[in-house]
Amino acid sequence: MITALLVMAGLALVLGATLGAASVLFKTQGDPLVDKIDAILPQTQCGQCGYPGCKPYATAIAGGDADINQCPPGGDEGVRKLADLLGREYKPLNAEHGVEKPKSVALIDEATCIGCTLCIQACPVDAIVGAAKQMHTIVGDLCTGCELCVPPCPADCIDMVPVTETVESWKWRYPVFELKVQPATLPAKEAA
Amino acid sequence: MLNKLFSFNGGVKPDPNKSASTREPIARLALPPQLVIPLHQHIGGTPRPLVTVGSTVLGGQRIGAPDGNVSSAVHAPTSGRVVAIEPRPMPHASGLSSPAVVIEPDGLDTAIERELFDWHAAAPGEIRDFLRDAGVVGLGGAVFPSHLKLNPGKSGHTDTLVINGAECEPFITCDDMLMRAEPGNILRGALIMQRMLAAKQVLVALEDNKPEAAAALKSAARALGHASLEVVVVPTRYPAGGAKQLIRVLTGIEVPHGSRSTDFGVQCFNVATALAVWRALEHGEPLTRRIVTVTGNVERPRNFDVAIGTPISHLFAAAGLKPDTDKLIMGGPMMGIPLPNIDAPVVKATNCLLASSPTLFAPPEPELPCIRCGECARACPADLQPFELYWHSRARNFGRAQEYKLFDCIECGCCAYVCPSHIPLVDYYRYAKSEIWARERDKDAADSARERFEFRNWRADREKEEKAAKLAARNAAKPAVKPADGAAPAADVAPSAGEDPKKALIEAAMARARAQKEAVAAKNTDALTPAQQAQIDAAEERRKRASELSGSDAPVK
Amino acid sequence: MYNSPYLRQNTSVRRVMVTVLVAMLPAIAMQVWLFGIGLLLQIAIASATALACEAAMLSLRRRPVARALGDGSALVTAWLIAVCLPPLLPWWMIVIGTSFAIIIGKHLYGGLGQNPFNPAMLAYCVLIISFPALMSQWPGLQGSDAATQLNWVLGGERALDAVTGATPLDALRTGLLGNADVSAVMQSPAFGHVAGAGWEWVALAWGAGGLLLLALRIITWHIPAAFLGAMALVSGVAWLIDPSHYASPAFHLLAGGTMLGAFFIATDPVSGATTPRGKLIFAAGIALIAWLIRAFGAYPDGIAFAVLLLNICVPLIDIKTQPPVFGHKVEPPDGGAR
Repeated sequence: MITALLVMAGLALVLGATLGAASVLFKTQGDPLVDKIDAILPQTQCGQCGYPGCKPYATAIAGGDADINQCPPGGDEGVRKLADLLGREYKPLNAEHGVEKPKSVALIDEATCIGCTLCIQACPVDAIVGAAKQMHTIVGDLCTGCELCVPPCPADCIDMVPVTETVESWKWRYPVFELKVQPATLPAKEAA
Repeated sequence: MLNKLFSFNGGVKPDPNKSASTREPIARLALPPQLVIPLHQHIGGTPRPLVTVGSTVLGGQRIGAPDGNVSSAVHAPTSGRVVAIEPRPMPHASGLSSPAVVIEPDGLDTAIERELFDWHAAAPGEIRDFLRDAGVVGLGGAVFPSHLKLNPGKSGHTDTLVINGAECEPFITCDDMLMRAEPGNILRGALIMQRMLAAKQVLVALEDNKPEAAAALKSAARALGHASLEVVVVPTRYPAGGAKQLIRVLTGIEVPHGSRSTDFGVQCFNVATALAVWRALEHGEPLTRRIVTVTGNVERPRNFDVAIGTPISHLFAAAGLKPDTDKLIMGGPMMGIPLPNIDAPVVKATNCLLASSPTLFAPPEPELPCIRCGECARACPADLQPFELYWHSRARNFGRAQEYKLFDCIECGCCAYVCPSHIPLVDYYRYAKSEIWARERDKDAADSARERFEFRNWRADREKEEKAAKLAARNAAKPAVKPADGAAPAADVAPSAGEDPKKALIEAAMARARAQKEAVAAKNTDALTPAQQAQIDAAEERRKRASELSGSDAPVK
Repeated sequence: MYNSPYLRQNTSVRRVMVTVLVAMLPAIAMQVWLFGIGLLLQIAIASATALACEAAMLSLRRRPVARALGDGSALVTAWLIAVCLPPLLPWWMIVIGTSFAIIIGKHLYGGLGQNPFNPAMLAYCVLIISFPALMSQWPGLQGSDAATQLNWVLGGERALDAVTGATPLDALRTGLLGNADVSAVMQSPAFGHVAGAGWEWVALAWGAGGLLLLALRIITWHIPAAFLGAMALVSGVAWLIDPSHYASPAFHLLAGGTMLGAFFIATDPVSGATTPRGKLIFAAGIALIAWLIRAFGAYPDGIAFAVLLLNICVPLIDIKTQPPVFGHKVEPPDGGAR
């Protein structure tokens, strides 16, 4: 009886000490979950999710304050990845926050630009160069396509131009997988 | 000297089909009415155009300047007039367009005065720059700028320089014919490369199905009489001409993916590149022409010496394209890419143009499920497990595909060649690779956006802090300033200010600002024309609208 | 739209499967010659069942029926089931076994190329667990004429004496349980020269068919060599230690399903290991477990169970035995395999 008690007590002490040591030794710095979520988000910094940037949205998701389907630029794939990471159910993109669009970049019509710098102040990633009363221009490679520069422009001179495929960015297509019966070879009533 | 050849695993032995295009010697093809010279023909940066629309160019004149050191120049093959600089369809599987200089030859073929270059006396760095500016790139298909490879690296010397004339792919014979036609100059180019690389030995390797070329090279080598230069005949087995496979066969060294063969003391160049180096250094002749095999479903298969920029349709017209041709291929039947556009130009990478017909290359039988028979693994020259790569690529499981070393795949096509289930294995690898590259591009863009966003936020915070600090400093300084100069302005601007020194200060500042504004604004607003006035009004109007729209009260800072 | 390579070797799944069927012919002929034509009827029943199930499952799964039926994989499964079952089983057992193999063993996992288990061995195990008595009735040499054999396969009345019962492995097992010693049991004429009158010849015919597959590069040497080598090794060690309780390696190599298993069953690429070293481990594992079951287990032969057990291990074996990739041979590849 005494032995059993001693054994159990000893065991409890050892295990407790191990757990305590582990919690000190393997303590994680910061919140890796927020960074993991942030890594999935597209970093457009467009604010369509209702938060001022991707990081705040990631923090809100990690804190349980925001849903995973509020990021239109991340699109369906982004929602799926978030659902995967967080072990949550996939849900379609919330239309309140916008719809998925092909990636675009902003383009300033240089003839109409009055050099007001409003777009420069709006750009979240400093992708617009220019100075007061000087023509502005957008560095296409840096533009995330967030559209935040479009509404402030007093001269309405910013257009969103979809990014087209080039020889460099062209991708080989997924090979056609022919195992399934094509609709044409199905019986007529099914095809119809 | 070389007493032992090694072997690589795998490989296949397809029917070479080379005899058709080697019956006739190389023919020099007449200039087409228009040359389309793409600016980007090699690995690395896109050259900047050096000519403008309407300007006249001479043969050999540089029309594209290398963009940085990892790039190469582009030259006009003949004299003529630049009629356009615009995107034109490329000889690329996508059929997309890319910037090109379009030249209308004047028929005179006047050459620019050649810069003669004394490479014997020049430093290696100068020779490399010269080759870059002469547009010499690898002509075996990879079009990697040659000057970058002609560098022995830190060690300062190289063990073996391999000159690759293996040409293992069926149908292609351009290197074969070139070796028969100019064996001496190829070897002279190789010796220049040997000097630049400080290489102990030069091995010129070709497959044993090219006895004529081997004989020509051997007698030329004897004539040159260099002890360190050797012509090596290797067994015919596809892909023995892959740089890594050939290096393995000759030296037993396996160069892993992602490392440079220089680090292993070996460097490999195509025979045509060796010739281009010799021509550039000996004659100051830039790379503007190359040999192209035109074969397959054509009436008169043969090799043509063509100006780079010649439309592909021009070559097929010369060879007589048969009417039942169903597709055009650039390169050979194992690794070639489909050409959606027959008007795309010949580029530095174009070694072969192959016309396909349903009888020549039967459309593949329908794809069946993989039965993991392992034929592909036995055929793979890179010792990969192709069926595992296929499995993960098909499932879009790119991480796993990379774990199985997807990027070690050289896309030689051996696996698909032997697959009993007729699976287009290489298509899956190409798909997976380009998806992975696209994702990496997206990730890099996202990372840079994140960094810039965070920097911007940090800057905004810093500015706010600085403003607050400045304000605090000014507030702290105020009591000391007040007795000295506070009284004077208060006296002449606002007599009542004495009661409230703070108010007085603000009043004074506003008055100064008003005075300043009048002084600045008045300068060019006198004697305006009505048109100018209207413009100003319009701008003011826009400014007003802007302030309403943005809700901000200061449109211009 | 298809891309390079535009050249293709003249090969197909159908060709591979037909070659396997051809390689099975010597052993089938030998068995028919020694034991009568009942086997041919069994093969016919199994083939018809397999094709019918395959067609039904393909159309249920909305896959092109004709193309997949033409690949011949269902026929190979059917023939393997027919040859590993005792000849002269009633027809309904063959139907049950074959349809289980095709429907549950193959198509429920996604059809050709997706099954983790060898379908023929699944069928064998299901039958031996469900009908142990019928599965142990093996006919004797020239035990009955053709008409009787056909009658039995078609479900007619069975005269149990004529079905002499035990295979050599079975007889050995019963004898050893009765405290007899190996050499005493093997005195019986049913044991023939080495491993059972008649059966040893069938085993040699399987070996001949297997050599044909090797020569035609349908299979590689790894699996048969490791299988037979491991079988000879473990049985040899046991035999050297105690020859009165353990049969000789020659007996084990030629008895039961050893040869069939080494060349035709374990070499199934879909459910087997794929890397060269993995194949060696896979086949040696099967041989070891099969010998353990023969020597100590409750069943006379254990090839089928051994194959299924090793099928489970295939993913792990494959991951741990990935061969080094070109250029990566100096450093140890993932998993510390070298």
